[in-house]
Amino acid sequence: MASAKIAMQTPKRQTIKDSMGDRIFMIVIYTILTLVLIAVIYPLIYILSSSISSPSAVTSGRVWLWPVDISFKGFKVLFDTPQIMQGYGNSLFYTVAGTMISVVLTVMIAYPMSRKSFFGRTVIMMLITFTMLFSGGLIPTYMVVKEFGMIDSRWALLIPNAVWVWQVIIARSFFQNSIPDELFEASEIDGCSDIRFMQSVVLPLSKPILAVLFLMYGVGQWNAYFDALIYLKSSNLFPLQLVLRSIIIMNNSASVTDALKQVERQQLSELLKYSLIVVATLPVLIMYPFVQRYFVQGMLVGSVKG
Amino acid sequence: MACWNNLCFFVHVCAAVPRETGKCTPERRFAPPKPPILYVKIPKCTCWEVVFFYYDQSYRKRYHTSGASYLGGIVLEKEIVLNNKTLNKKGKRSLADEAVISFKKHWQLYLIVIPPVLFFLIFKYYPMLNAVLAFKDYNVIKGIWGSPWVGFKNFQLFFDNPMFWTLAKNTILVSGYLLLAGFPIPILLALMLNEIRNGRFKRLVQLVTFAPYFISTVVMVSIIMLFLAPRLGFANVALNYFGFDSVNFLGEASMFRSIYVWSDIWQTAGYSAVIYLAALSGIDPTLYEAAKVDGASRFQKIVHVDLPGILPTITIILILNVGSVMAIGFEKIYLLQNQLNIVNSEIIATYVYKIGLLNANYSFATAVGLFNSLINLVLLFTVNGLAKRFTKSSIW
Repeated sequence: MASAKIAMQTPKRQTIKDSMGDRIFMIVIYTILTLVLIAVIYPLIYILSSSISSPSAVTSGRVWLWPVDISFKGFKVLFDTPQIMQGYGNSLFYTVAGTMISVVLTVMIAYPMSRKSFFGRTVIMMLITFTMLFSGGLIPTYMVVKEFGMIDSRWALLIPNAVWVWQVIIARSFFQNSIPDELFEASEIDGCSDIRFMQSVVLPLSKPILAVLFLMYGVGQWNAYFDALIYLKSSNLFPLQLVLRSIIIMNNSASVTDALKQVERQQLSELLKYSLIVVATLPVLIMYPFVQRYFVQGMLVGSVKG
Repeated sequence: MACWNNLCFFVHVCAAVPRETGKCTPERRFAPPKPPILYVKIPKCTCWEVVFFYYDQSYRKRYHTSGASYLGGIVLEKEIVLNNKTLNKKGKRSLADEAVISFKKHWQLYLIVIPPVLFFLIFKYYPMLNAVLAFKDYNVIKGIWGSPWVGFKNFQLFFDNPMFWTLAKNTILVSGYLLLAGFPIPILLALMLNEIRNGRFKRLVQLVTFAPYFISTVVMVSIIMLFLAPRLGFANVALNYFGFDSVNFLGEASMFRSIYVWSDIWQTAGYSAVIYLAALSGIDPTLYEAAKVDGASRFQKIVHVDLPGILPTITIILILNVGSVMAIGFEKIYLLQNQLNIVNSEIIATYVYKIGLLNANYSFATAVGLFNSLINLVLLFTVNGLAKRFTKSSIW
């Protein structure tokens, strides 16, 4: 960027022109990146187009890029299916409740860890980081969850994976780098307690990192299926991702398309898969262009060593 | 007040700082003052420290101007009580005293930290204890601690099992493939994006390639299945269109690894490139100018400026990737598995799930899982050690 600015300021005859080889090189780069762009975006568009095409157009392979015979039949059937709507509701609940719990717990541990006057912070940090490198494993964790009576309850999706070590590291380095010690010492003189300081100084100053935490935990919860797969048994607790799995991956759409005729049912079940994918992904993808910078920010804060 | 001798206390001096004109950036606002503005010595005090303070009370442009009122009053009293500990010979407090002082002063922080620490103890460390299950013959009635010890029997069973070699081979091949193909591509993507000066195109490519990262594993596998379906899948429709026969991609065991790896790259390359792009933007621009003056082509600039510049980042990411070779994700592979490709798709993690939770063979599954975690830990330490030795960057 800086070199571009300088080049703009200097008179034209002094700039060094790109050589022939460089120009070819740039053309190659633009071509490759355009191909990458197409390769990434094409499946997404294809699925979106299929989901709003007519059932017969989807099954006969007439959809290539844009929707054919636009119809919203797939979505209509989805919204009429109690199983899917329940999954949607459950997922919303898990996402909202789980994210709240996770963010609160993460801030509760990350903030004290960031304070130099907190005795034993390196020890606790090492304890936490170690869980990133080594874990008891699937079965021992399952036994603990079982011991706490969380199997087949909503708590199983909210508590056992509530805090991610990586998020703690990110939040901690944010607090460390952007909240000056002087601020704390100053409020201490005014008789401000630690909790009060956290409430009225730290949190208002940490909106960017809170945004990152909310988004990452939120997306994580919305997209998770593994915990639900191992801890949940009753289908009325299943999040959307598990419902998706049974309908698309295990090809078990009978409950959705019961009442329909054989041919129509087959066509519709194909279409349903596309509609389901769109419905499950859209909340996240629509939000994404607006929040992308927060994600990038979060990754970069975390990459600061130490 | 006579007992002040041999005590350590802090004198807080609030120095008035003139309000700055113009825009006040946070950095400037909180920069430490250079010369001591006020110098205070308290009689009969052997150890004293002067701390300068100035701040903006409501984070706007207001400053404290009085120092004296704090000097004799509140602060001193509080500090004396809190720091009423004898010093060791180096003039520092002992570790235990430090802890007591910190605890008295910041008890609220210690209170706050309890729930998350409990979380880690219960859901991360307690399972590690439970991993002794691997050395026992688990009996539901007797519980974990009541079950009889069997030593390394479960491990022995696993090593003698013909599945062992298949599992080890599959795990290593899938993650090795992923490492070989998936590691360089984000770097190439970042290098190419970095060459582009057209802001719009660059941002568009970044936005689009980052997007698949937000697709859940279930949806990702659904997409793969829809695209590769034997009859109606997009891939086969395209093949037929060009006159080729249909292929049952997911039914071919030999194709499993490629499907897994390339879909993973499709999903995460844009995300992984971000970190390299950040490293690239940190390279000193004068290096590029010097290279340009010396007549370097764009390609030469990439090789001689960009690559050395991001080498530390590359090393660290490589360590992390190699260190997690055995911890390859269970979620996607499990969903992609079917009866036809199971020969190549059964890895340690999916095996643990099936043996442990579906067949309820807890002890054996724990042993297999523990073995996997240990290998992983050893790998991470080895790679980190090697990196420390041959390059200067390491993760700790």
